[in-house]
Amino acid sequence: MNATSGKGWRNDADAKVTGRAKFTDDLKFARILHAAPAYSDFVHARILRVVTEAAEKAAGVVRVLTAGDVPGANRFGQIIRDYRIFADDKIRYHGDVVAMVVAETRDLAIAAASLVRVEAEPLPAVLDAEEALRPGAVLVHEGHGSNLVNTHRIRRGDVREGFRQADFVLEEEFRTQSVEHAYMEPEVAVGVPRSDGVIEVYGSMQHPFSTRRFVSACLGVPLSGVEVVGTPMGGGFGGKDDTAAIVCARAALAARILGRPVKMMYRRDWSIRESYKRHPYRVRYKMGVTKDGRITAVRCRILADGGAYCSVTPWVTWRSTVQCCGPYVVENVHCDTLGVYTNNVVAGAMRGFGSPQMNFVVEQMVEIAAAKVGISGVEFRRRNMVRQGSVTITGQKLDGHKVAMGEVLDAVLKETGYEAKLAKCSHGASDSEECYGIGLAMSYRGVSLGAEGIDSCTAIINVQADGSILLEVGVHENGQGAESAMSLIAARELGVSLGRIRYRRASTSTVPDGGTTVASRGTIMGGGAVTLAARELKQKIAEAVCGRLRCRAKAVRIAGDEVLGRAGGERIPFDEAIRLMFQTQRVPYACGVFKGPPVSWDERTGQGDAYFTWVYGCQAVELTVNKRSGRVKLLGAVAAHDVGRAVNPEMVRGQFFGGMAMATGYALHEEIRSKDGRITNLNLNSYRIPRATDLPEMTAIIVENPDPLSPSGAKAIGEPTNEILAPAIANAIFHATGRRELALPIKMSALPDEPPDDECRL
Amino acid sequence: MKLHINGRDLEIADAAGERRLIEFLREDLDLTGAKNACDIGACGACTILVDDAPLKICIKRVKDVVGHRVLTIEGMAAPDGTLHPLQRAFVERGAIQCGFCTPGMVLVAHAFLLKNPRPTRDQIRKAINGNLCRCTGYQQIIDAIEEASVHYRGAEAPAQAAEPAHV
Repeated sequence: MNATSGKGWRNDADAKVTGRAKFTDDLKFARILHAAPAYSDFVHARILRVVTEAAEKAAGVVRVLTAGDVPGANRFGQIIRDYRIFADDKIRYHGDVVAMVVAETRDLAIAAASLVRVEAEPLPAVLDAEEALRPGAVLVHEGHGSNLVNTHRIRRGDVREGFRQADFVLEEEFRTQSVEHAYMEPEVAVGVPRSDGVIEVYGSMQHPFSTRRFVSACLGVPLSGVEVVGTPMGGGFGGKDDTAAIVCARAALAARILGRPVKMMYRRDWSIRESYKRHPYRVRYKMGVTKDGRITAVRCRILADGGAYCSVTPWVTWRSTVQCCGPYVVENVHCDTLGVYTNNVVAGAMRGFGSPQMNFVVEQMVEIAAAKVGISGVEFRRRNMVRQGSVTITGQKLDGHKVAMGEVLDAVLKETGYEAKLAKCSHGASDSEECYGIGLAMSYRGVSLGAEGIDSCTAIINVQADGSILLEVGVHENGQGAESAMSLIAARELGVSLGRIRYRRASTSTVPDGGTTVASRGTIMGGGAVTLAARELKQKIAEAVCGRLRCRAKAVRIAGDEVLGRAGGERIPFDEAIRLMFQTQRVPYACGVFKGPPVSWDERTGQGDAYFTWVYGCQAVELTVNKRSGRVKLLGAVAAHDVGRAVNPEMVRGQFFGGMAMATGYALHEEIRSKDGRITNLNLNSYRIPRATDLPEMTAIIVENPDPLSPSGAKAIGEPTNEILAPAIANAIFHATGRRELALPIKMSALPDEPPDDECRL
Repeated sequence: MKLHINGRDLEIADAAGERRLIEFLREDLDLTGAKNACDIGACGACTILVDDAPLKICIKRVKDVVGHRVLTIEGMAAPDGTLHPLQRAFVERGAIQCGFCTPGMVLVAHAFLLKNPRPTRDQIRKAINGNLCRCTGYQQIIDAIEEASVHYRGAEAPAQAAEPAHV
């Protein structure tokens, strides 16, 4: 940030606020062609023939491409290679693309795409996850043998004994819905054939390296033959991974075949029809508690509808499994998790990644249990929550970082005046038209990929002869301010002013694969790499100038754009130090690689050190429910999250507010609706994301406990903010009305005249 | 036909009148600040100002703005690049994340503040209600608009957009 003003800073803010920032659709290329996807109206069918003749003859059409035109692999996937560039054997959901029409203009491509026809043998569609698992169910992928994508489990302690020790056993079933990321910029990609034979790809995707893997596999060329160029991107939220990469692959394919730049710009209705969604869950949850409010056992079954292709269902459901008891210590846990294929729209990564669903369950279960025991939800949480040195349900001891669960809870209680307001809740009885309620929820969250994958990131710091600095990092700017955070971390660690740092927007050909910018890992992993690169660079500078400063290299420091020797001794400007280096043929260049600390996992028992560190968050919300209409009005929301270290506080706050806003949509009005497997709300008028008037004033409390395992001290904030407001709203609605809402989105109707029994008041 | 865009007059052929306005601005004039995001006027990413009133142009034709004063985001900053106070507030208050809604959001806020330079936060919420943002939760956008409102007060210095940096 601007250190003197304390105001927000972003390296790209001026460009974005003036309209100068060039997003993919804003880029101009000579002789560019335009591509449009062709869909069929089938939901599940065996393809006999894709009929393209009429489209080929249509005005302006240059070429129609189908699966047969793919020179390399038509099938891809990060886990199971079942996702098609173009549908080949079957249509498996309504968003499957059978062909791509390339034409001189976008309008002509769209017009011709409607002329593509599919001759196919219709198959019965399986649209329910539970049905998909029944014996004899229609198979979405015959070759897979069943509709079961994956399972995970936790076997800890002895749940039978745990339930025996319980004074109360509570059991509920919860359902969550399919929701859309609704990034403001729809998928778009441009493929450009370069004179050296490389295919360049510009696109709206949050995953340049996996995009490159898909493109190179699709084209049948080496990774070095594809260059994916980072381009400003209009939001991702986890959603610009598989589908966005496939759009890039299609544009690149057409560019390669036709030898001209090709743009594939998605319409909103195509985007909603085809792109993957957040998984709908069905969760059966049983919890045993003692009279003194201690959880003795949890048994749960988690069923996730993964839709037509695998995408990252095994990873999403893994996080749900690891975090299936929320931030509570439970000795006896039996969890079975199933990811399932259906003919519904594909489900994949979305901000939270399996945690919003489980937190909706757990954070209501603890309140239900507290009421049964006769203590407040807050007190119940305190008796069970993780503390310093606690052991998680996967057997991981939380001792490598500050366990800040109590700290964030206390911060929210204090800021809201929670206890006093809880006493004023209506519980269905109110003198006015409105019933008032306050509610909260909290979570802990494993940071980064955990035992899901290999976790490392790379940064390059390249100081120029005049002392200006080029910085490149293998993380991607999704809109969250990653470039700014990396620049701030570099300037701070190097002891130089921010003005020296020029973030060089990386391409896949200039910086090593830093993994994907997902899992709230950008700041911790990228920042770790930047910090390590900066330390290496300082070492090089120290060795080069220690003679001049008449001290040992160890004594050299950099601060305030000066390189200093011993206290009170000599000092030289940073620029001078760099000049000295070049004069002595030492290159001020450093490459830092941050490897995620070790994690472990035993798939058989569901035990292990799942994540190398954890973050802690708590959110509360106040609302009213109108007795006649059931209308929910949010009055205010407060969040406290431990972020490790807040690198760019204004942007951290932005993550709080954006995540909370998205969670209100999840709680109250967002839902992908479909009829017979065909989505019916395909644009932003019918798929309603929160507007300014839907939201309350929000308060962000940044808690900082720098993490010893994070070189920059920073942890994560993107997803934690999005994973607990829905259960907080559900809890507040309960306190307002006495009604427990176990399904998302919460649809309130008029309240009965009689308030519910006093028994459920706590 | 004459268009008046960002303080400059532009002569266009009559045939261009039937073209989609957003396409004309983006393709012919390279004014790409107005974004295509829904094509049905549901999200506001394509907002420009016509005679100081917001207009969602994805559903409009060029002829719809002939003879009117058009301001796009490219016309907000001073010719030397100095940000308009409203733009500066967006930058400093952290109101920008992905930036895709930002041009429309700045313009709709500008139109609102010209009419109401002493707004309440609720009035600001209502004013930007037709413009969707998925990143920010609007909180810092509202902070920015509230902060910038002081620059719109007083008859002596209405914060009109400067003459254009470029068309």
